[in-house]
Amino acid sequence: MEEAGIPTAAIALVRSVAERLAAPRMLAVPFRFGQPLGEPGDATGQRAVLRALLALLDDDGPGPVLRDYQPSA
Amino acid sequence: MASWDELPLRYRLTIRAYPWRRIAPTPWTTLRVPLREARVALVTSAGLYRPGVDRDFGTREGEDITMRLLPSDAALDALAIGQTSDAFDRSPLERDRNLALPLDRMRDLVADGTIGALAPRVVSFNGSMLAPGRFLRDTSPGVIDALRADQVDAALFVPV
Repeated sequence: MEEAGIPTAAIALVRSVAERLAAPRMLAVPFRFGQPLGEPGDATGQRAVLRALLALLDDDGPGPVLRDYQPSA
Repeated sequence: MASWDELPLRYRLTIRAYPWRRIAPTPWTTLRVPLREARVALVTSAGLYRPGVDRDFGTREGEDITMRLLPSDAALDALAIGQTSDAFDRSPLERDRNLALPLDRMRDLVADGTIGALAPRVVSFNGSMLAPGRFLRDTSPGVIDALRADQVDAALFVPV
């Protein structure tokens, strides 16, 4: 997609895989498999993850950019 | 953080032997519009589809490299979960499809001005894929064509 001119940002559930993959923009999240945005029904928490993911699109690069998501207490 | 230790032994053995790819050099495209004006697409690996409308995903684990294009106004609760892997607990996703396809949350972000718009279609494929090279060769051109046709400015990938 990046080569086609479409910037991307991806959630990573396993940080070591993200490090190895070296995709352009990745957000490592502290959640279990099957729950990339956190808890079901937690609209506030899900929006916060998406905002952090979208924020990667404002990075000037170059990639790979890998950030860790920390939920607010 | 998810850990391989959560997975059944057969998955851990598969992962140990899996030929992980490295994207090199890492491609980079800068977002061309401010985020608040951007049209953003969602891509999910949960294998979501509309029963009776879309072809379901193959049940032979790891072999289905196809994708479905779903309208962004699809009823989330009506989407079936084609991802059949038992490597994760499906119950949270069954309770809230937003975990893998956050359409409601993206609409929230359109409403509050974080992004400009949600793309009219989402891309759905089954992430339990043992031949990602075939996916890149045979399926990804169609993904890119669809995203270009929808004039998206960026894409977010949500794995499960």
